[in-house]
Amino acid sequence: MKKFMPLILLIILIIFPLVYQNAYYQHLMILVFIWVAIGSGWNMIAGFTGQVSFGDAAFFGTGAYTAGLLAHHFGISAWWGMAFGGIMAMAVAFPFGWICFRLRGAYFALASLALNEVCRHIATIAEPLTQGMVGILIMPTFVSKIPYYYIALALAVVSVISVQFIMQTKWGYYFLSIREDQDAAESLGIDTHRYKMVSLNIAAFLTGMAGALFMNYMGFIDPEVVFSLHDISIMAILVGIVGGVGTIYGPAVGAFVMVAVHEFFRTGFFGFFKGLAVLTGSDFLNIAAKYISHAHVLGFGILVVLVILYLPNGIVGDWNKLVGKLVPFKKKEAAT
Amino acid sequence: MILFEVKNLVKHFGGLAAVNNVSFQVEKGEIFGLIGPNGSGKTTIFNCISSYFPVTGGNIYFKDQKITGMKTNKICKIGIGRTFQVVKPLGRLSVLDNVIAAAFSKVQTKHEARDVAMETMEFCGLLHRKDVIARSLPIGERKRLEITRAMATRPELLLLDETAAGLNPTELEGAIDLIKRIRDKGITIIIVEHIMKVIMTISDRIHAINFGQTIAEGVPKEVSNNKAVIEAYLGEDYAQG
Repeated sequence: MKKFMPLILLIILIIFPLVYQNAYYQHLMILVFIWVAIGSGWNMIAGFTGQVSFGDAAFFGTGAYTAGLLAHHFGISAWWGMAFGGIMAMAVAFPFGWICFRLRGAYFALASLALNEVCRHIATIAEPLTQGMVGILIMPTFVSKIPYYYIALALAVVSVISVQFIMQTKWGYYFLSIREDQDAAESLGIDTHRYKMVSLNIAAFLTGMAGALFMNYMGFIDPEVVFSLHDISIMAILVGIVGGVGTIYGPAVGAFVMVAVHEFFRTGFFGFFKGLAVLTGSDFLNIAAKYISHAHVLGFGILVVLVILYLPNGIVGDWNKLVGKLVPFKKKEAAT
Repeated sequence: MILFEVKNLVKHFGGLAAVNNVSFQVEKGEIFGLIGPNGSGKTTIFNCISSYFPVTGGNIYFKDQKITGMKTNKICKIGIGRTFQVVKPLGRLSVLDNVIAAAFSKVQTKHEARDVAMETMEFCGLLHRKDVIARSLPIGERKRLEITRAMATRPELLLLDETAAGLNPTELEGAIDLIKRIRDKGITIIIVEHIMKVIMTISDRIHAINFGQTIAEGVPKEVSNNKAVIEAYLGEDYAQG
């Protein structure tokens, strides 16, 4: 049963937009799929290879800008960006990894944080190329959300499957070895620098593709959106941590939860506070409702604390523990 | 035939000469013991051989090829396997996965790597523990995992760094037996060891160092009767008689 779960889920997701034609929920699912791709990329480099990156936005933004600039300057369809976005993100990842993989642990994380900021500033300052803070606007290809939905779903599925495939091969074993003990890995004939580069480039490619899709879907980007530290880089980490670091399906679950939590706060608990304010006519609640809709970062913080305290391996990693807690009698059954 | 040679090896840490002008040659197929009191530089020599840090001076040759300054992973690839004194298991992976990761250094597909891993684990007597998470192994089996992993890279020369330390008498017998069987496969071994029972029974030749300098070299009997060696281990008083 457990083996078929992903397949069943995939069928449900394929049928979903046909059965339930609500543009709002389709929009949310598209975001979830984009986050599955980004989260899978982050999980590759941080979860499996153990090199925690705080700079995923650099790759995401590069992908988005590649798609946007191709359309803006050359009039090429932004869909070409899906291919070139990934490659350009790798072009950013390659020199960065080459230099910065000499650093270990927290120092690498700090370097990746800097990469994020460097990219954001370049995109802001290079106005002749990127139009700086004005951003780039392109015409969306489709009016309906359904084509985007399926393209995003395909990207998410490809991300998860490719990660799953890679982890079964020599590369996968090498990534895990590097995560567990870099010195031991070297003594086993693993060129740790090279395989960290491989892992980072896979991550960058997936994240860059996600960025290009984001450009195509949203139709507008500016440096603050796609190179955002807390909305992209940190969110990518949260998707990984909440879902389960170093698990294949973790990013998929994490993406769903994080987009849901984000939306939950953005809408003020689905309009709960606004409704309450209207109901009671209280000014205080009205103001509170306004602030709560901006408090999603706070919500993320609380969520991460809870996850790290109670599910240190994430929802997927600690799935059995989670089920055991939620369904106490099932545990007893198994014991007897 | 000389398989491996260290020539005038020097390693300084700041002002301290951890290894000072040590030279030795290892014949193909022999078990070469490296002994010395604590802090005499044995592990430093190993770390210089496998290039964990650069040497200050001197050269290292393997099969007439100069390997000084070669990258650590390259040194494994050309056929020098090593174990660590402070064991370094890939903690969250199973024993089997630990060995598979090592086996990939000589084969490409997972199928082959698994076969090599299973074969090596059987040879080293770790097969019954294959699905155990490496972190939860007791120390004796962690040491054995170190050897198994090094063996899975199919070395011609194996560097064993205190693989018998901390083992109980039964495990010790097992370790000695394993090292002998590895030698019988035609693999040359350099072993660092404190336990004299191990080093004296299995070594063909022994090289003794103290304060980073050579004090004696020869067959076990010669070395154990050498005045400088006794002095280094027990102090001057005992060296008189």
